[in-house]
Amino acid sequence: MEAIERTFLLKVPSSTENLALIREFVGSIAQQSGMNAMDAGKLELAIDEACANVIEHAYGHDISKEVVIRARFDEETLRIDVEDTGNGFDPNAIKQEELEQLVNKRRTGGLGMRLMKTLMDEVHYEIEPGKKNELHMVKHLRKNKV
Amino acid sequence: MPSPFSVATDYEDNLSIIRLEGAVDAHTAPQFEAAVQAAIDAGHNKIIVDCEKMSYISSAGLGVFMCFIEEVRDDGGDIKICGLTPKVKQPFEILGFESLFDFCPDSAAAKNSFAESSAAPGGVV
Repeated sequence: MEAIERTFLLKVPSSTENLALIREFVGSIAQQSGMNAMDAGKLELAIDEACANVIEHAYGHDISKEVVIRARFDEETLRIDVEDTGNGFDPNAIKQEELEQLVNKRRTGGLGMRLMKTLMDEVHYEIEPGKKNELHMVKHLRKNKV
Repeated sequence: MPSPFSVATDYEDNLSIIRLEGAVDAHTAPQFEAAVQAAIDAGHNKIIVDCEKMSYISSAGLGVFMCFIEEVRDDGGDIKICGLTPKVKQPFEILGFESLFDFCPDSAAAKNSFAESSAAPGGVV
């Protein structure tokens, strides 16, 4: 029998005020996919980080812009894509420095990406600056259900 | 519904106790940052951040701890983090905060920790 895929879409104005709404949306999908509360929390954090980056860096807090979150899951995999049309960036240029080095330099950059990469099974960017930037994230579900 | 964010500061002797409630994210972290800055501006560099009622924290909130830790330590103070639930503690652990910050079970333990380090030769390390 063919697996049934469920799809979800949320579009919100680019404001950090909407991060709570985004987390609720993601948390609800995580629950429907059968994730436990701990893993749902990890997913909420990863997507929050992705969307906060879009709101702050890609759109520079321009509330007239839109953050798009697409989610879909089947029995095995939950996929979430975050889309924007703002300033792209080179994800490879973000250095993964040790915490102590960041503190010494009084910098906090890169923490969000480190969290995303740790919390998700796959993180992949497609950047077309000014056109469309997409962040694809994957969480495998089967191991959650064992 | 998640509890709304709030931040409140109590001054006890030479300590500042900053109590966080609700979600600390990119929207609310500036209020947390302002509270830490206000404590430092008031001359309090021994700071306890009580996270007992904090339901969530993202890198924006974690960055606030990182922004101020060197400054308060250079001044003979410290920032101690207390009251973290296992779920909320996760991002701190992922980023390796335990190697840089003093975690205490609750605010009483954090106060004791400050008292002990003040009594020790050389003060706060």
